[in-house]
Amino acid sequence: MAHNAHTTAGHGSHDGHPLVGHLVPISTLVSTALALLVLTVITVAVRYIDVGEFNIWIAIGIAVVKATLVALFFMHLRWDRPFNLLVFVGCIAFVVLMMVFCIMDTSQYRKDMYTGNPSAAQETLEKYAPGAPVARFKSNG
Amino acid sequence: MTQISAQPSDQHGAHGSHGHGGHDDHGHSQYPFLAHHFATPAQQFDSGKLGMWLFLATEVLFFGALFVAYAVLRARSPEVFSFASHYLDTMLGGLNTCVLILSSLTMALGVYFAQRGKKTALVVCLWLTMAGAAGFLVIKYFEYEHKIHANLVWGPRFYIPPADAAGSEEAILLSKAPEPPPAAVPVPASAAAPAVPMIGALPAADASAIAPASVGPSGLKMAAVDPALATPSVPPGTESESLHLEDASMPPGVHQFFAIYYAMTGLHGVHVVVGMIVIGWLIIRASRGEFTSNYYTPVDLGGLYWHIVDLVWIFLFPLFYLIH
Amino acid sequence: MTTIGIRDPHTLAPAAEDNYITHTKGFLSWIVTLDHKRIGVMYMVAVLLSFLLGGIFALLLRTELLTPGRTFVDADTYNQFFTLHGAIMVFLVIIPSIPAALGNFVLPIMLGAKDVAFPRLNLFSFYLWLLGAGCTLLSLAMGGFDTGWTFYTPYSTTTTTGGVIPVIVGVFILGFSSIFTGMNFIVTIHALRPKGMTWFRMPLFLWALYSTAIIQVLATPVLAITLGLLVVERVLNVGIFNPSMGGDPVLYQHFFWFYSHPAVYIMIVPAMGIVSELIAVHAHRHIFGYRFIAFSSIAIAMFSFLVWGHHMFTSGQSALMNTIFSAISFSVAIPSAVKVFNWLATLYKGSISLNTPMLYALSFLVLFTIGGLTGLHLATLSTDVHLHDTYFVVAHFHYVMMGSALIAMIGGLHHWWPKMTGRMYNEKLGMIACTIVFIGFNLTFFTQFMLGSHGMPRRYYDYQPEFQIYHVISTIGSYIMAFGFLMTAGYLIQSLISGAKAPANPWGGRSLEWQCASPPPHDNFKEQPRVGDCYDFSIVRWDESQKGYVVDRSLDPELDEGAPQTAKA
Ligand SMILES: [Cu+2]
Repeated sequence: MAHNAHTTAGHGSHDGHPLVGHLVPISTLVSTALALLVLTVITVAVRYIDVGEFNIWIAIGIAVVKATLVALFFMHLRWDRPFNLLVFVGCIAFVVLMMVFCIMDTSQYRKDMYTGNPSAAQETLEKYAPGAPVARFKSNG
Repeated sequence: MTQISAQPSDQHGAHGSHGHGGHDDHGHSQYPFLAHHFATPAQQFDSGKLGMWLFLATEVLFFGALFVAYAVLRARSPEVFSFASHYLDTMLGGLNTCVLILSSLTMALGVYFAQRGKKTALVVCLWLTMAGAAGFLVIKYFEYEHKIHANLVWGPRFYIPPADAAGSEEAILLSKAPEPPPAAVPVPASAAAPAVPMIGALPAADASAIAPASVGPSGLKMAAVDPALATPSVPPGTESESLHLEDASMPPGVHQFFAIYYAMTGLHGVHVVVGMIVIGWLIIRASRGEFTSNYYTPVDLGGLYWHIVDLVWIFLFPLFYLIH
Repeated sequence: MTTIGIRDPHTLAPAAEDNYITHTKGFLSWIVTLDHKRIGVMYMVAVLLSFLLGGIFALLLRTELLTPGRTFVDADTYNQFFTLHGAIMVFLVIIPSIPAALGNFVLPIMLGAKDVAFPRLNLFSFYLWLLGAGCTLLSLAMGGFDTGWTFYTPYSTTTTTGGVIPVIVGVFILGFSSIFTGMNFIVTIHALRPKGMTWFRMPLFLWALYSTAIIQVLATPVLAITLGLLVVERVLNVGIFNPSMGGDPVLYQHFFWFYSHPAVYIMIVPAMGIVSELIAVHAHRHIFGYRFIAFSSIAIAMFSFLVWGHHMFTSGQSALMNTIFSAISFSVAIPSAVKVFNWLATLYKGSISLNTPMLYALSFLVLFTIGGLTGLHLATLSTDVHLHDTYFVVAHFHYVMMGSALIAMIGGLHHWWPKMTGRMYNEKLGMIACTIVFIGFNLTFFTQFMLGSHGMPRRYYDYQPEFQIYHVISTIGSYIMAFGFLMTAGYLIQSLISGAKAPANPWGGRSLEWQCASPPPHDNFKEQPRVGDCYDFSIVRWDESQKGYVVDRSLDPELDEGAPQTAKA
């Protein structure tokens, strides 16, 4: 709220400031874009380094940093009303919530459903349906 | 909560008391763009911003569900994703990322010039953004075009048409009738092959998808694809996993990767097209000189929309193109 | 045009000449109107017509169930009946009924604003609704659809009925109509509150609409993309949800219920808001536990996103998630019970006017309690295995969606009818009709609890002969209910023609909508009204000259001339 105090009616654009909103200097915008480009190069480069399952977390981490830069500077969230930030962070939190619950569910029966893993499927079949026909997977045949 | 949305009209102070009926007219004659139900330009601007952010929230959830689908499919068959990802062209994807970042920059600069009331610079920036959007779509078109040509698509078209009838019959039996089991079909000796195929047999990781189709899954058999297979007239369920390519180097279900790839990048592409329409509309209005440093809300809101398009791509790029 | 004098209530004129109905004339002035009141009225007409249509399908399917086997239609037609009944009632009636129809009319006036924040978006969302409804009807012409309102895959992607794609597109469009309404309400409540209207001075209906809007904005896009994928799946055979292609049908259910459980709260939370208003105003007593009711609305909105899996206990969802979802589902009972106890505490020692809106509010209390408590049976894993997809579930959600949400909506319609139309309806007929609906409703659906616990599955065309007695009672109940609703429609229409002119404040309400004329003028308020405690009825008194109540400011020390309007929040 405080940052908007100077934007009340009566203050025109005579001093180069808009009536409403926040003016982000060109230098900030350009350096944001440069940082984004550098991070893009880094994320491509990291792909070729094998750190096992951490690859995806590094890639997502860099993407989160990039997204934060876009949101804070290009989208002016750094100077915007806090509630707009809450809206944005909040909706992402709901996506994460949905993802966590769905993954928690999938990971429970992943082995049973995993079409490319005949031995796991066979194991499950023997456990829950003894005497069931042998699982066959022609795809690899 | 209360401080967050303290009333812009409070800023009127002395004017705000009741019985002073005229203060609205005063505000509205000074600002011709001010809608009748708003008291001040700040109130109008804040409303527009909050409305846009809420809309962006719906966009995030709109894409979010697809990201969840992606995560579930990938968690179920990680080998499919790391296998199929190599058919995507990292160079083109990276190029598109840069194009979108630069167009986001020009959009942000456009907002800056709109705030400063610089009409020409604003129009130039909007045109540059438009060019970035068009460039993105052109590159995307080449990617799609090549993949569709190489049968790297979703669903049944991804498969080789069922050449041998025996195989398909068995597949139908397997997928539809759990019992009685079909007469014992000799299991091919190689059925015990490792479930996760030899990814080492792949083309080099950085190979371009524009490379000859012979490296694609259908490259082994360049049979003409029966278009009827791609239509729902074929009752789904008859194309089972078992009809998959007899390609031992490919994990089953690769078409799922391309299904989610086309779903997400396609939806993103639709958003780029919508963004181009919005930018075009802004260009028309900006050329007419409708935006001033007092009133530039549409540029600001259009910019927010364009940035979210960029933001979604920032996640799509590593998730599809950069799987180790 | 007379405005509301703040110190002198006697300047109130009965139904001034210039109101929102007479402000401009002609059909065109309605279809391009940006006035939230007119849009609300158009929504109301459209929703009530859909209610009639959905009701006709309900009666048809109840009639078919009178006897085991064929009564008058074949099984495929029956499948279409229940699907259409469900889809129309959920997507065309209940979801838009309170927020889009009543909320649109009431919200800005209650808030003291001239309009919603984005009037053009508001009109646009109404036309989206019309388009979506048109698509749904188009699907009827194209062969109907028999998927059930839940569109479960893989059946919905393989069924041969021709109307599946139009109806999915229709629901997709309706979703965006709902999203835009929600966005509009959130921004309106944030940005357009006038001086003095702090968060904790807002009537509880506004808190409810705000919570609802949060759900609309956050949940509906997931439905939209899910239905989008369904269309793509059906047209292009993508296979993401198709198990025979390695897809995951349970994922579809996750997506669908991520929206559709919160959607239940899109229906019930605003209904709770209406009931808070009805009970306080018609009991003439300060609402008990204002902040508890307000925060429980927000709490329900948040909880609603955490429990969707309780619809999937028998779908193959993992045992781990079943347990988690079951546990969280129980916790939703807490904010719901907070509300019920606060309403009861408000009624206690109130001076209750037993009129039609109050009767509907009392019906709500009874039916919502039954509907809510039977929800606990379904949230319990072990009993749900037995009760899942039986008539017990049907009865449960009808008690909540119809017995609570729609009953509250009709109560609210009666409550604000004088404000919307400027006419009074026949009170005696109103009370009789409400009683008939209440009796008919319980006959229809209480028997279905018994049917379900005896094992009658839902959506079945045929059944064992021993179930017939319940089905007959249920069908008779539905006829009684239909009679009650037709009677309601009759006297409401009659009031438009020959009803007595309504005073500005017929019930003794304190919130701002009762301080402008009935019907309200074009811009709602010519002068910003002063905001007080909207549940302090001590300064509301009957004025014989106006045949209505007035807010006597002279009795309110807080609102004395010059008293500072400090935010108590
Ligand atoms: Cu639920």
